[in-house]
Amino acid sequence: MELLVKVLRNTGLYHLTWQNGVMIAVGGLFIWLAIRKKMEPYELLPIGIGIILGNLPLARLMNPPGDIQQSGILGVIFHYTLYYHNLLPPLIFLCLGAMTDFGPLIANPKTLLLGAAAQMGIYAAFWGAILLGFDIREAASIGIIGGADGPTTIYTSAQLAPHILGITAVCAYTYMALVPFIQPPIMRALTTLKERQIVMRQLRPVSKTERIVFPVFAAIVIILLVPLSAPLIGMFMVGNLLRESGVVPRLADVAQNALMNAVTIFLMLAIGAWMSAENVFHIRTLKIMGLGFAAFAVGTAGGILFAKFLNLFLKEKINPLIGSAGVSAVPMAARISQHLGQQANPKNFLLMHAMGPNVAGVIGSAVAAGIFLSILR
Amino acid sequence: MGKETPVTAPIVGKVVKVLTKEGDRVKENDEIATIEAMKMEMPIVAPVSGVVKQINIQPGQVIQADTVIALIEQD
Repeated sequence: MELLVKVLRNTGLYHLTWQNGVMIAVGGLFIWLAIRKKMEPYELLPIGIGIILGNLPLARLMNPPGDIQQSGILGVIFHYTLYYHNLLPPLIFLCLGAMTDFGPLIANPKTLLLGAAAQMGIYAAFWGAILLGFDIREAASIGIIGGADGPTTIYTSAQLAPHILGITAVCAYTYMALVPFIQPPIMRALTTLKERQIVMRQLRPVSKTERIVFPVFAAIVIILLVPLSAPLIGMFMVGNLLRESGVVPRLADVAQNALMNAVTIFLMLAIGAWMSAENVFHIRTLKIMGLGFAAFAVGTAGGILFAKFLNLFLKEKINPLIGSAGVSAVPMAARISQHLGQQANPKNFLLMHAMGPNVAGVIGSAVAAGIFLSILR
Repeated sequence: MGKETPVTAPIVGKVVKVLTKEGDRVKENDEIATIEAMKMEMPIVAPVSGVVKQINIQPGQVIQADTVIALIEQD
Protein backbone atom coordinates (compact mmCIF):
# COMPACT_ATOMS: atom_id res chain seq x y z
CA MET A 1 0.00 0.00 0.00
CA GLU A 2 2.75 2.39 1.02
CA LEU A 3 4.61 1.49 -2.17
CA LEU A 4 1.53 2.19 -4.27
CA VAL A 5 1.17 5.65 -2.71
CA LYS A 6 4.82 6.31 -3.42
CA VAL A 7 4.42 5.28 -7.03
CA LEU A 8 1.38 7.54 -7.38
CA ARG A 9 3.21 10.43 -5.79
CA ASN A 10 5.96 10.03 -8.34
CA THR A 11 3.63 10.44 -11.29
CA GLY A 12 3.54 13.75 -13.04
CA LEU A 13 -0.22 13.65 -12.80
CA TYR A 14 -0.05 13.98 -9.03
CA HIS A 15 1.94 17.21 -9.37
CA LEU A 16 0.02 18.65 -12.27
CA THR A 17 -1.51 22.04 -11.39
CA TRP A 18 -4.41 23.76 -13.12
CA GLN A 19 -1.92 26.34 -14.36
CA ASN A 20 -0.01 23.56 -16.10
CA GLY A 21 -3.29 22.47 -17.58
CA VAL A 22 -3.97 25.94 -18.96
CA MET A 23 -0.49 26.09 -20.49
CA ILE A 24 -0.89 22.67 -22.06
CA ALA A 25 -4.11 23.95 -23.63
CA VAL A 26 -2.21 27.01 -24.88
CA GLY A 27 0.39 24.70 -26.41
CA GLY A 28 -2.40 22.77 -28.07
CA LEU A 29 -3.85 26.03 -29.40
CA PHE A 30 -0.48 26.96 -30.96
CA ILE A 31 -0.24 23.56 -32.63
CA TRP A 32 -3.78 23.98 -33.95
CA LEU A 33 -3.06 27.49 -35.25
CA ALA A 34 0.10 26.26 -36.95
CA ILE A 35 -1.52 23.27 -38.63
CA ARG A 36 -5.05 24.46 -39.29
CA LYS A 37 -4.53 28.17 -39.80
CA LYS A 38 -0.98 27.89 -41.24
CA MET A 39 -0.02 30.66 -38.83
CA GLU A 40 3.80 30.87 -38.74
CA PRO A 41 3.97 27.07 -38.61
CA TYR A 42 7.76 26.95 -38.48
CA GLU A 43 7.66 28.83 -35.21
CA LEU A 44 4.32 28.10 -33.59
CA LEU A 45 4.38 24.34 -34.09
CA PRO A 46 7.67 23.66 -32.23
CA ILE A 47 6.81 26.36 -29.66
CA GLY A 48 3.44 24.67 -29.08
CA ILE A 49 4.86 21.21 -28.44
CA GLY A 50 7.65 22.82 -26.40
CA ILE A 51 5.05 24.46 -24.14
CA ILE A 52 3.34 21.13 -23.59
CA LEU A 53 6.59 19.33 -22.75
CA GLY A 54 7.70 22.18 -20.50
CA ASN A 55 4.54 21.90 -18.42
CA LEU A 56 4.68 18.20 -17.61
CA PRO A 57 5.81 18.01 -13.98
CA LEU A 58 8.93 16.09 -12.90
CA ALA A 59 10.01 15.60 -16.51
CA ARG A 60 13.20 17.59 -15.89
CA LEU A 61 13.41 18.54 -19.55
CA MET A 62 14.24 22.13 -18.64
CA ASN A 63 16.74 21.26 -15.89
CA PRO A 64 19.82 23.44 -16.31
CA PRO A 65 23.19 21.77 -16.82
CA GLY A 66 24.71 20.79 -13.49
CA ASP A 67 24.97 17.50 -11.69
CA ILE A 68 25.86 14.46 -13.69
CA GLN A 69 22.88 12.91 -15.52
CA GLN A 70 20.48 15.47 -14.03
CA SER A 71 20.25 18.05 -16.81
CA GLY A 72 17.40 18.18 -19.32
CA ILE A 73 17.97 18.36 -23.03
CA LEU A 74 15.90 21.51 -23.50
CA GLY A 75 17.38 23.03 -20.37
CA VAL A 76 20.88 22.52 -21.73
CA ILE A 77 19.93 24.03 -25.07
CA PHE A 78 18.26 26.97 -23.35
CA HIS A 79 21.15 27.51 -20.96
CA TYR A 80 24.03 27.28 -23.39
CA THR A 81 22.53 28.78 -26.52
CA LEU A 82 20.39 31.55 -25.05
CA TYR A 83 20.75 32.29 -21.38
CA TYR A 84 24.50 31.93 -21.06
CA HIS A 85 25.97 32.43 -24.51
CA ASN A 86 23.12 33.76 -26.67
CA LEU A 87 24.25 31.88 -29.77
CA LEU A 88 21.05 31.00 -31.58
CA PRO A 89 19.70 34.46 -32.46
CA PRO A 90 22.91 35.52 -34.26
CA LEU A 91 22.95 32.18 -36.08
CA ILE A 92 19.40 32.83 -37.25
CA PHE A 93 20.59 36.20 -38.48
CA LEU A 94 23.33 34.50 -40.51
CA CYS A 95 20.65 32.38 -42.17
CA LEU A 96 18.31 35.33 -42.66
CA GLY A 97 21.14 37.25 -44.31
CA ALA A 98 21.55 34.43 -46.81
CA MET A 99 17.82 34.67 -47.55
CA THR A 100 17.65 38.47 -47.83
CA ASP A 101 17.66 40.40 -51.06
CA PHE A 102 18.92 43.91 -50.40
CA GLY A 103 18.27 44.87 -54.03
CA PRO A 104 15.14 46.97 -53.35
CA LEU A 105 16.91 48.81 -50.54
CA ILE A 106 20.00 49.50 -52.66
CA ALA A 107 17.84 50.67 -55.56
CA ASN A 108 15.92 53.08 -53.36
CA PRO A 109 18.00 54.00 -50.29
CA LYS A 110 15.31 56.44 -49.09
CA THR A 111 13.44 53.42 -47.83
CA LEU A 112 16.11 53.02 -45.17
CA LEU A 113 14.50 56.02 -43.48
CA LEU A 114 11.11 54.31 -43.51
CA GLY A 115 12.67 51.26 -41.90
CA ALA A 116 14.04 53.53 -39.21
CA ALA A 117 10.78 55.44 -38.69
CA ALA A 118 8.82 52.24 -38.16
CA GLN A 119 11.04 51.46 -35.17
CA MET A 120 9.10 54.19 -33.36
CA GLY A 121 6.97 51.42 -31.88
CA ILE A 122 10.02 50.16 -29.99
CA TYR A 123 10.49 53.43 -28.16
CA ALA A 124 6.76 53.92 -27.57
CA ALA A 125 6.48 50.48 -25.96
CA PHE A 126 9.68 51.11 -24.02
CA TRP A 127 8.27 54.23 -22.37
CA GLY A 128 4.89 52.57 -21.96
CA ALA A 129 6.55 49.71 -20.11
CA ILE A 130 8.36 52.13 -17.81
CA LEU A 131 5.03 53.82 -17.03
CA LEU A 132 3.47 50.44 -16.24
CA GLY A 133 6.16 49.79 -13.66
CA PHE A 134 8.64 47.58 -15.49
CA ASP A 135 12.30 48.19 -14.77
CA ILE A 136 14.40 49.70 -17.53
CA ARG A 137 15.93 46.41 -18.73
CA GLU A 138 12.55 44.73 -18.92
CA ALA A 139 11.18 47.77 -20.71
CA ALA A 140 13.87 47.53 -23.38
CA SER A 141 13.12 43.83 -23.92
CA ILE A 142 9.41 44.60 -24.23
CA GLY A 143 9.99 47.57 -26.51
CA ILE A 144 12.02 45.49 -28.93
CA ILE A 145 8.90 43.40 -29.64
CA GLY A 146 7.92 46.42 -31.74
CA GLY A 147 10.84 45.64 -34.03
CA ALA A 148 8.68 42.74 -35.23
CA ASP A 149 11.71 40.57 -35.36
CA GLY A 150 11.83 37.28 -33.42
CA PRO A 151 15.57 36.66 -33.13
CA THR A 152 16.28 40.29 -32.21
CA THR A 153 13.66 40.13 -29.48
CA ILE A 154 15.08 36.89 -28.13
CA TYR A 155 18.64 38.21 -28.29
CA THR A 156 17.76 41.35 -26.35
CA SER A 157 15.59 39.64 -23.75
CA ALA A 158 18.15 36.91 -23.11
CA GLN A 159 20.71 39.57 -22.21
CA LEU A 160 18.58 42.09 -20.38
CA ALA A 161 15.62 40.28 -18.88
CA PRO A 162 15.78 36.48 -19.26
CA HIS A 163 12.85 36.06 -16.85
CA ILE A 164 10.46 37.42 -19.51
CA LEU A 165 12.25 35.92 -22.52
CA GLY A 166 9.60 33.43 -23.56
CA ILE A 167 6.79 35.94 -23.36
CA THR A 168 8.51 38.60 -25.43
CA ALA A 169 9.54 36.00 -28.01
CA VAL A 170 6.07 34.52 -28.30
CA CYS A 171 4.53 38.02 -28.53
CA ALA A 172 6.90 38.90 -31.38
CA TYR A 173 6.11 35.75 -33.33
CA THR A 174 2.37 35.75 -32.78
CA TYR A 175 1.92 39.44 -33.59
CA MET A 176 4.01 38.90 -36.71
CA ALA A 177 1.57 36.21 -37.70
CA LEU A 178 -1.22 38.65 -36.96
CA VAL A 179 0.07 41.60 -39.01
CA PRO A 180 -2.59 40.89 -41.66
CA PHE A 181 -5.15 41.87 -38.98
CA ILE A 182 -3.20 44.50 -37.03
CA GLN A 183 -1.85 46.60 -39.88
CA PRO A 184 -4.56 47.14 -42.53
CA PRO A 185 -7.03 49.14 -40.39
CA ILE A 186 -4.23 51.45 -39.28
CA MET A 187 -2.93 51.78 -42.83
CA ARG A 188 -6.36 52.65 -44.20
CA ALA A 189 -7.11 55.10 -41.42
CA LEU A 190 -3.91 57.07 -42.00
CA THR A 191 -3.99 57.27 -45.80
CA THR A 192 -6.42 58.63 -48.37
CA LEU A 193 -7.57 56.54 -51.29
CA LYS A 194 -5.63 58.87 -53.55
CA GLU A 195 -2.42 58.22 -51.64
CA ARG A 196 -2.97 54.48 -51.73
CA GLN A 197 -3.38 54.69 -55.50
CA ILE A 198 0.05 56.25 -56.07
CA VAL A 199 1.87 54.11 -58.60
CA MET A 200 5.60 53.80 -58.09
CA ARG A 201 8.05 53.52 -60.95
CA GLN A 202 9.77 50.19 -61.25
CA LEU A 203 13.03 49.92 -59.34
CA ARG A 204 16.26 50.22 -61.24
CA PRO A 205 18.27 47.02 -61.64
CA VAL A 206 21.03 46.67 -59.07
CA SER A 207 24.48 45.54 -60.21
CA LYS A 208 26.31 42.57 -58.77
CA THR A 209 29.10 44.82 -57.51
CA GLU A 210 26.61 46.89 -55.51
CA ARG A 211 25.13 43.74 -54.02
CA ILE A 212 28.56 42.53 -52.93
CA VAL A 213 29.80 45.85 -51.60
CA PHE A 214 26.60 46.56 -49.64
CA PRO A 215 26.85 43.91 -46.89
CA VAL A 216 30.56 44.54 -46.32
CA PHE A 217 30.17 48.30 -46.25
CA ALA A 218 26.99 48.19 -44.15
CA ALA A 219 28.60 45.86 -41.60
CA ILE A 220 31.60 48.17 -41.20
CA VAL A 221 29.57 51.37 -40.88
CA ILE A 222 26.84 50.02 -38.59
CA ILE A 223 29.20 48.15 -36.27
CA LEU A 224 31.50 51.16 -36.00
CA LEU A 225 28.50 53.27 -34.96
CA VAL A 226 26.74 50.72 -32.72
CA PRO A 227 29.33 48.09 -31.74
CA LEU A 228 26.94 45.95 -29.72
CA SER A 229 24.75 45.37 -32.76
CA ALA A 230 27.69 43.36 -34.13
CA PRO A 231 26.52 39.81 -33.30
CA LEU A 232 23.27 40.38 -35.19
CA ILE A 233 24.35 42.78 -37.93
CA GLY A 234 27.72 41.11 -38.45
CA MET A 235 26.21 37.66 -38.91
CA PHE A 236 23.38 39.08 -41.04
CA MET A 237 25.87 40.60 -43.46
CA VAL A 238 28.05 37.47 -43.47
CA GLY A 239 25.04 35.47 -44.58
CA ASN A 240 24.18 38.05 -47.21
CA LEU A 241 27.73 38.01 -48.59
CA LEU A 242 27.58 34.21 -48.87
CA ARG A 243 24.48 34.70 -50.99
CA GLU A 244 25.54 37.61 -53.15
CA SER A 245 29.15 36.60 -53.79
CA GLY A 246 27.90 33.82 -56.02
CA VAL A 247 31.06 31.75 -55.45
CA VAL A 248 29.92 29.71 -52.43
CA PRO A 249 26.51 28.41 -53.44
CA ARG A 250 26.88 25.41 -51.11
CA LEU A 251 27.44 27.60 -48.07
CA ALA A 252 24.59 29.91 -49.03
CA ASP A 253 22.37 26.89 -49.48
CA VAL A 254 23.25 25.43 -46.07
CA ALA A 255 22.56 28.76 -44.40
CA GLN A 256 19.22 29.20 -46.16
CA ASN A 257 17.98 25.70 -45.55
CA ALA A 258 19.75 23.13 -43.36
CA LEU A 259 21.24 25.49 -40.79
CA MET A 260 18.15 27.69 -40.62
CA ASN A 261 15.94 24.70 -40.05
CA ALA A 262 18.19 23.11 -37.43
CA VAL A 263 18.57 26.33 -35.47
CA THR A 264 14.83 26.99 -35.69
CA ILE A 265 14.02 23.59 -34.15
CA PHE A 266 16.28 24.13 -31.15
CA LEU A 267 15.39 27.78 -30.64
CA MET A 268 11.63 27.29 -30.83
CA LEU A 269 11.55 24.16 -28.68
CA ALA A 270 13.61 25.88 -26.01
CA ILE A 271 11.40 28.98 -26.11
CA GLY A 272 8.28 26.84 -25.86
CA ALA A 273 9.60 24.77 -22.97
CA TRP A 274 10.54 27.95 -21.15
CA MET A 275 6.83 28.82 -21.02
CA SER A 276 6.13 26.80 -17.89
CA ALA A 277 3.19 27.87 -15.76
CA GLU A 278 5.48 29.40 -13.13
CA ASN A 279 7.18 31.61 -15.74
CA VAL A 280 3.96 32.69 -17.41
CA PHE A 281 1.36 33.09 -14.65
CA HIS A 282 2.11 36.68 -13.73
CA ILE A 283 0.07 39.80 -14.27
CA ARG A 284 3.10 41.17 -16.15
CA THR A 285 2.46 38.66 -18.95
CA LEU A 286 -0.78 40.45 -19.84
CA LYS A 287 0.93 43.84 -19.68
CA ILE A 288 3.69 42.61 -21.99
CA MET A 289 1.14 41.30 -24.47
CA GLY A 290 -0.67 44.66 -24.47
CA LEU A 291 2.54 46.65 -24.83
CA GLY A 292 3.76 44.39 -27.63
CA PHE A 293 0.54 44.97 -29.50
CA ALA A 294 0.84 48.72 -29.02
CA ALA A 295 4.42 48.55 -30.28
CA PHE A 296 3.28 46.92 -33.53
CA ALA A 297 0.51 49.45 -33.98
CA VAL A 298 2.70 52.49 -33.32
CA GLY A 299 5.45 51.13 -35.59
CA THR A 300 2.95 50.69 -38.40
CA ALA A 301 1.64 54.21 -37.94
CA GLY A 302 5.18 55.59 -37.68
CA GLY A 303 6.21 54.13 -41.02
CA ILE A 304 3.09 55.38 -42.79
CA LEU A 305 3.24 58.87 -41.34
CA PHE A 306 6.94 59.21 -42.08
CA ALA A 307 6.34 58.20 -45.71
CA LYS A 308 3.70 60.95 -45.92
CA PHE A 309 6.17 63.38 -44.37
CA LEU A 310 8.81 62.45 -46.97
CA ASN A 311 6.25 63.07 -49.69
CA LEU A 312 6.11 66.72 -48.69
CA PHE A 313 9.63 67.05 -50.09
CA LEU A 314 9.74 64.48 -52.88
CA LYS A 315 9.01 65.26 -56.49
CA GLU A 316 8.35 61.62 -57.24
CA LYS A 317 5.90 60.63 -54.52
CA ILE A 318 6.16 57.35 -52.70
CA ASN A 319 3.08 55.35 -51.85
CA PRO A 320 2.75 55.69 -48.07
CA LEU A 321 1.52 52.09 -47.85
CA ILE A 322 5.12 50.90 -48.12
CA GLY A 323 5.96 52.73 -44.88
CA SER A 324 4.30 50.17 -42.66
CA ALA A 325 6.54 47.45 -44.11
CA GLY A 326 9.32 49.12 -42.15
CA VAL A 327 8.29 47.26 -39.00
CA SER A 328 10.17 44.24 -40.48
CA ALA A 329 8.02 41.11 -40.15
CA VAL A 330 9.64 40.01 -43.41
CA PRO A 331 7.97 39.46 -45.79
CA MET A 332 4.41 39.56 -44.36
CA ALA A 333 4.34 43.32 -43.88
CA ALA A 334 5.52 43.88 -47.47
CA ARG A 335 2.81 41.56 -48.73
CA ILE A 336 0.22 43.64 -46.90
CA SER A 337 1.50 46.81 -48.56
CA GLN A 338 1.15 45.06 -51.91
CA HIS A 339 -2.32 43.80 -51.08
CA LEU A 340 -3.73 47.15 -49.98
CA GLY A 341 -2.04 48.93 -52.86
CA GLN A 342 -3.55 46.61 -55.40
CA GLN A 343 -6.96 46.95 -53.76
CA ALA A 344 -6.81 50.68 -54.32
CA ASN A 345 -5.42 50.38 -57.83
CA PRO A 346 -5.22 47.00 -59.58
CA LYS A 347 -2.23 48.16 -61.62
CA ASN A 348 -0.21 48.92 -58.51
CA PHE A 349 2.69 46.66 -57.59
CA LEU A 350 4.25 47.73 -54.34
CA LEU A 351 5.74 44.41 -53.25
CA MET A 352 9.32 45.12 -54.30
CA HIS A 353 9.12 48.73 -53.17
CA ALA A 354 7.91 47.56 -49.78
CA MET A 355 10.78 45.09 -49.48
CA GLY A 356 13.14 48.09 -49.15
CA PRO A 357 11.74 49.36 -45.84
CA ASN A 358 11.03 45.75 -44.87
CA VAL A 359 14.67 44.64 -44.87
CA ALA A 360 15.70 48.07 -43.59
CA GLY A 361 13.42 47.34 -40.64
CA VAL A 362 15.45 44.24 -39.78
CA ILE A 363 18.59 46.36 -39.71
CA GLY A 364 16.72 49.05 -37.77
CA SER A 365 15.56 46.74 -35.01
CA ALA A 366 18.99 45.10 -34.68
CA VAL A 367 20.52 48.55 -34.33
CA ALA A 368 17.89 49.53 -31.75
CA ALA A 369 18.77 46.35 -29.84
CA GLY A 370 22.45 47.29 -29.99
CA ILE A 371 21.68 50.74 -28.63
CA PHE A 372 19.64 49.32 -25.74
CA LEU A 373 22.39 46.84 -24.92
CA SER A 374 25.13 49.44 -24.94
CA ILE A 375 23.18 51.68 -22.57
CA LEU A 376 21.77 49.03 -20.25
CA ARG A 377 24.28 46.23 -20.04
CA MET B 1 -7.18 48.23 -86.28
CA GLY B 2 -6.75 49.63 -82.81
CA LYS B 3 -3.44 50.35 -81.15
CA GLU B 4 -1.60 47.35 -79.69
CA THR B 5 -0.81 47.85 -76.04
CA PRO B 6 1.77 45.60 -74.39
CA VAL B 7 1.10 44.13 -70.96
CA THR B 8 4.39 43.94 -69.06
CA ALA B 9 5.34 42.00 -65.97
CA PRO B 10 5.46 44.41 -63.03
CA ILE B 11 7.76 42.20 -61.00
CA VAL B 12 9.99 39.12 -61.21
CA GLY B 13 7.90 36.07 -60.50
CA LYS B 14 6.49 32.76 -61.52
CA VAL B 15 3.36 32.48 -63.64
CA VAL B 16 0.72 30.58 -61.68
CA LYS B 17 -2.30 30.87 -63.95
CA VAL B 18 -3.04 32.34 -67.34
CA LEU B 19 -6.66 33.42 -67.38
CA THR B 20 -7.13 34.63 -70.93
CA LYS B 21 -6.33 33.28 -74.35
CA GLU B 22 -5.69 34.88 -77.68
CA GLY B 23 -8.85 36.33 -79.14
CA ASP B 24 -10.50 36.95 -75.76
CA ARG B 25 -12.10 40.29 -75.14
CA VAL B 26 -10.98 41.94 -71.89
CA LYS B 27 -12.01 45.04 -70.04
CA GLU B 28 -9.57 47.36 -68.32
CA ASN B 29 -8.52 45.91 -64.92
CA ASP B 30 -9.65 42.39 -65.87
CA GLU B 31 -7.21 39.81 -64.58
CA ILE B 32 -5.04 38.43 -67.35
CA ALA B 33 -2.73 36.18 -65.37
CA THR B 34 -1.65 35.44 -61.83
CA ILE B 35 1.99 35.55 -60.85
CA GLU B 36 3.68 34.52 -57.67
CA ALA B 37 6.58 36.24 -55.98
CA MET B 38 7.69 35.69 -52.42
CA LYS B 39 4.91 33.19 -51.80
CA MET B 40 2.28 35.76 -52.71
CA GLU B 41 -0.05 35.48 -55.64
CA MET B 42 -0.82 38.70 -57.46
CA PRO B 43 -3.12 39.42 -60.39
CA ILE B 44 -1.78 41.10 -63.49
CA VAL B 45 -4.58 43.16 -64.98
CA ALA B 46 -5.34 44.48 -68.43
CA PRO B 47 -4.11 48.07 -68.77
CA VAL B 48 -6.80 48.82 -71.39
CA SER B 49 -10.01 47.31 -72.77
CA GLY B 50 -9.68 45.40 -76.01
CA VAL B 51 -8.96 42.06 -77.61
CA VAL B 52 -6.04 39.86 -76.57
CA LYS B 53 -3.78 39.55 -79.63
CA GLN B 54 -0.96 37.55 -78.17
CA ILE B 55 -0.09 35.69 -74.96
CA ASN B 56 3.60 35.04 -74.37
CA ILE B 57 3.57 33.16 -71.09
CA GLN B 58 2.53 29.83 -69.74
CA PRO B 59 1.98 28.53 -66.21
CA GLY B 60 5.17 27.60 -64.38
CA GLN B 61 7.32 30.00 -66.38
CA VAL B 62 9.55 32.43 -64.47
CA ILE B 63 9.31 35.92 -65.89
CA GLN B 64 11.59 38.90 -65.43
CA ALA B 65 10.25 42.36 -64.71
CA ASP B 66 9.28 44.28 -67.86
CA THR B 67 8.83 41.14 -69.96
CA VAL B 68 5.97 41.65 -72.40
CA ILE B 69 3.51 38.97 -71.36
CA ALA B 70 0.64 39.86 -73.70
CA LEU B 71 -0.48 42.26 -76.37
CA ILE B 72 -3.94 43.81 -76.33
CA GLU B 73 -5.50 45.48 -79.33
CA GLN B 74 -7.14 48.49 -77.83
CA ASP B 75 -10.76 49.28 -78.70
